[in-house]
This record gives sequence, C-alpha cells and structure tokens, in this order.
Amino acid sequence: MDLCSYIMMPTKNFDQRRYAQFFKQMCRIRAFERAAIKAKNEGLVLGAIHPSIGQEAAAVGVCENLNKDDILLSTHRGHGHTLSKGADPSAMMLELLGKEGGNCAGKGGSMHIADFGVGMLGANGVVGANINIAVGAAHAIKLKGENKIVVCIFGDGAINRGPFLEGLNWAKVYNLPILFICEDNGYSATTHTKETTAGDGPVVRAQSLGIKAETFDGNDIITVDQAAQDYIARVKKSGPHLLHFLTYRLEGHTSTDPAAYRPDGEADEKWSNDPIARCRNLLIEDGVSAEQLDKFDDEATVEMTRVYEIARDASFPPALDAYKDVQDIGNPQTEAF
Amino acid sequence: MKQMTYLEAGREGLAEMMREDTSVWALGEDLGRGGVFGQYHGLQSEFGKDRIADTPISESCILGSAVGAAMMGTRPVVEMRFSDFALCAVDELVNQAAKARYMFGGQTRVPMVVREPSGLWRSSAAQHSQSLEAWYAHIPGLVVVMPSTPADNKTLLMESIRCDDPVVYLEHKSLWDFEGPVDDGAEILPIGKARVARLGKDVTIVSWSAMFHTSMEAAEGLAAKGVDAEVIDLRTLWPWDKKTVFESVCKTGHLIVVHEAVQVGGFGAEIAASVTENVFSDLKSAPLRIAAPRIPISYAPTMEDEVRITAEQIIEKTLNRVGK
Repeated sequence: MDLCSYIMMPTKNFDQRRYAQFFKQMCRIRAFERAAIKAKNEGLVLGAIHPSIGQEAAAVGVCENLNKDDILLSTHRGHGHTLSKGADPSAMMLELLGKEGGNCAGKGGSMHIADFGVGMLGANGVVGANINIAVGAAHAIKLKGENKIVVCIFGDGAINRGPFLEGLNWAKVYNLPILFICEDNGYSATTHTKETTAGDGPVVRAQSLGIKAETFDGNDIITVDQAAQDYIARVKKSGPHLLHFLTYRLEGHTSTDPAAYRPDGEADEKWSNDPIARCRNLLIEDGVSAEQLDKFDDEATVEMTRVYEIARDASFPPALDAYKDVQDIGNPQTEAF
Repeated sequence: MKQMTYLEAGREGLAEMMREDTSVWALGEDLGRGGVFGQYHGLQSEFGKDRIADTPISESCILGSAVGAAMMGTRPVVEMRFSDFALCAVDELVNQAAKARYMFGGQTRVPMVVREPSGLWRSSAAQHSQSLEAWYAHIPGLVVVMPSTPADNKTLLMESIRCDDPVVYLEHKSLWDFEGPVDDGAEILPIGKARVARLGKDVTIVSWSAMFHTSMEAAEGLAAKGVDAEVIDLRTLWPWDKKTVFESVCKTGHLIVVHEAVQVGGFGAEIAASVTENVFSDLKSAPLRIAAPRIPISYAPTMEDEVRITAEQIIEKTLNRVGK
C-alpha cells in the first residue's frame, strides 16, 4: 500500500470544543505513558511495556464515539485504548507496577490491562488473539439481542495471523455488530510489516470477504473521529466493517527498545506528523491560545504524576493472592498440588 | 429409569440444560446435521440455528469466539469434532480460556464447555485417535472431565455446563453406542468425585473413560484367579479425587493405573507419584502404570493394537505385581 494514498477527510465545521476535549485525552494518554516509562526506567514497572506514543489519535477518535456499554478489545499496546474507554488511570498504573488495587489485582500487568466495568475486555499478550474473542463477544450481543457494538483493535502484524481470516469470515457469516480496527504503525514488532506481508494489506483482505473497509490517516484526529462515526453507524446498520488507520510508533516496540533497526531520520521525520502536535495546530488555527493548550497538557502531566506517585507508594499484593481466581472446582487454595 | 447410549445421554443432558437456561448454546461444525457422530441429532430443529450454530471449519475461531461469548455472559458448549482438531485452538484454550479469569484479576469468568471426542476408534490413525487429557490437566484454570458411562455423560455434561470455569470434556468415541441406565435414582456424583465401581481388598485399579470398562473386565478375570480388585473410575482428572484413591490404596496396598494415553508424562504418573508421596508406608508394592507406548497411533489393526490396552494385559501385569 502506498502510504500517500490514504483518504483525508475535509476539515469543515470544526468543532473546537469537541477537539479540545480530544486533545486533552490524547495529552492524558501521552502523560500516562511518559509516567509509565519513567517508572519502568526506575525499576518500578517490572515487566515489559509497549508505549503507543504517536498512535493516540486512533484511540481517542474511536473511543470518544463509543458508549460505556459498547465493548472494546485491545492489544499489548493498549494503554491508550483503555484510558480512552474510561478506565481509571490510577488502577492502570497500579497494575503496571504490580500493586494492590491494580485493575487486574496485580496478576496481569501492562499486557493484560482490562477494565470490564467500562466494557474494556482486555489487552492481550498474543498478537491477533483478541480478534476471535471479540467476534465471540459480538456473537453474544447478537444472541442476546442487545443494542451495542464491539470494537476490536489490532496492529498490522496481526493480519498475518490465522485469527484475522477466521474472525473476519465468522463476523461476516453471522453478520455481527463488530468494527475491526487495524492500527497500522508499519512495524510487526521490530520488522517492517511490508517485508513480511503479501498483497495490499488489511483493506483488500477484508474486502475479499465482503467486508467494507477503507484506509484513513490515523494521525489526524478529525479524520479518525469522522471515520469512526461513519463506521460505527454502518456497523449498527449492517454488521462488520474494518477501518485501517495509518499511524507510526514514535518509540520502540517496548520502552527499552532503542529501535535502531529503523532507517536514520525516519522517526525524526515522523515526529512532524505527531497526532497531538497536529491537533494542537488545528486548535491554534481555530483561535485557541497556546497558553490554554499548554494548560491542558500541564494538567495531564500533573494528573499522571499523581497517578505515578499513588502506584509507587502502594503495596504489592499478598503472596497468597496468587491462589485466588484460578478456578472454583479444584480450588487451588487446597488443590494446587 | 431409562436405558440409553452414552451418545444419547450426552444429547439429552445438553437438551435439558438448553431448556433450563436460555444462555446455553452450542457451536461447532456440522451441528445442524447432528454433529459428526450424531451427538446433536434433532437439536437444531428444537432450538434453532442460533443456539445450535453451524460454524465454519475455523477451530481457533470456534474456541476463541466461545471465550468472548462466555465473557459476555452466555454459556457456550463448543464441539471440536475430534480432540486432535482442538490442537488448532491451543492458544484459545490454554492462553485465553484458561487464563482470562486469573490474568484479569477476577473481573470475568469463562463458563464454557469444550467437547472433544477422544481416543482410539476404528483405524483412524495418528490424527483422529489421540488421548491428550494429561496436557489439559497440566494447565491451571481448566477443569478436565472424562465420563465413562451413559449416566455420567448426562450428569457430568450438565454439571460442566453449570460450571463457571472452562471445562475440557473428553468423550470417548468407542463408547458412543455403549448402553446403560440413566436417571436411575443413583446418587449423582459431582465433578471432582471418583466412583468406586467395584469393591475389592487385594489391589486398587484406577482408570477412566473407555479404559475403566477394560479395567472392570480385567477385575472379573482377576477374581477368577483369586485376586479381588477394587476398581475406581476417576471421572474427572482435574480436580482428581485423591482422597478416594488414597483410601483405597491404604486398604489394598497395591496401585495399578490404567490409561489409553501414552504412558510417558501421562496422568498415571501424577497418580502414582501422589500415592507414593502421601501413602508410601501403606504400599506393599511399587505403583504400576499400564498405558500406551510413546509411538503415534497406526492405521493397520496389527500396529494399532500395539497401543491398545487389553484386559488380558491388565490381568497379567496385575498378577505379577501383587505376587500371585
């Protein structure tokens, strides 16, 4: 796919209030991840974290258009999606640090971040595994006759896994209320996806199954917002659809990956396409003061610094909690051996 | 009381649960036409295509979608056709179904049943004959059930559907036509409880699934030779009923475990080791496993029989072990 061939939505009827809110949300995600990386560098986050710095527009532009009871499934790079769906950042940071009060009680960490209370059914440590689960969630919604949708986000690497074919075929066969979103940052872990992908990628693969799909600029908040609105309405009317958002992972695969495999200058060039900076420019062009936008950014930093401090100062869960929530029958409190 | 086959009993158990609980549904290949063995015959006409769902040949999506549907509050019964085919969905079972409740810190449950027809069956060779129960018993988060009788295939399936955790439910293909009493007023044993099917004082034989019947046949042969065997049908591999097994071994002093699966790394090793660790002083002989050699299953009957455990083998090896 030619990276220049994507569709840009026209900027008209700019809703300043709406995009100021989106800007704030993107700043919160960035600030959360900056705080998480700091905690990782200090040895407070014990496992790997996969930052989504540079990919915030897709998370915010999609999730701001969902209802609380709509369902979201995410990837190992899922902090932004989870925050956007309404999860409490303190509970998320506690989870990243493996502390008491974490969303997953300290059992999951970053790669299994989830908040079922806001319809966020989990990040997943296995690339593409969320696709089949999301399809099943949509199947249950259809069986129960509920009026909500499932959004399943995955990366460009996931389209080369079997669940992409099995899940999309299934969704179309049963005409399920699901919106697939391929967040294409160009890299499958540390290899350029183009080098390992035959054909033209997710859109043509989806179209071959009769699923309407289009590519959009995933770093333009207005484009993402309008595409999400359009496609969510289409899903509610006529079943599965796929959105392909072009974006770029401005940092490494994990927070400790220097990404030296990227061509010299590539990341520097891509920083000029940073979705937060682009949104900021749109707001300034529309008359919002730089001071006001700096204030939003500062507020996000203050919020996430506080979140970091709460997590840093919290306790680890008791060791014997390791035996909780395995299963009921054959309870491991008594049957682990 | 009714007399019915193992297959019919499973079908009736599923139908009763579907009538009782509208959140129960079944999905798998060819279910509308009754499933590959007829286990679902007639159910689509009663419950419709949504609740007896014909799926694409997409094992990973059959199992994976059931995980999502279970997390959303339905109770899917997943038909994998042959246990061998479930291997196409190992991630969905092991990494997703078994782990979701735990790794999300108890935010969700995965109440699903994965039916996997298992075991040796009519020259079906290496990809349609395997017994892989030990793998599943090894995975934290899974309940593992292996019914041997029609009564159990009804009540254990119903209990598995009621279970709030994922259950791997392994039916033996050679037992489909096996007839027995169902709904006969006998005590319904829960998941995790073994059944002492034959009381004896000289040796304890522990088995499950089709090998339970072979063990019962062997026990009659042993009786003719003056050895009174106690035969335990384990019924569920996880959790397994240690108490019943230990009590029996303490009484008889000898343990024989019989299973159709490969002996190396099999569940018999777990039972033998647990007995040795816990009631060693009551043992009069070392525990003995009677199970398959670690070779793939062949097509030709001569070679297929090399992995088949017979009553004669059990009798001979048991007599040697107990010193008669």
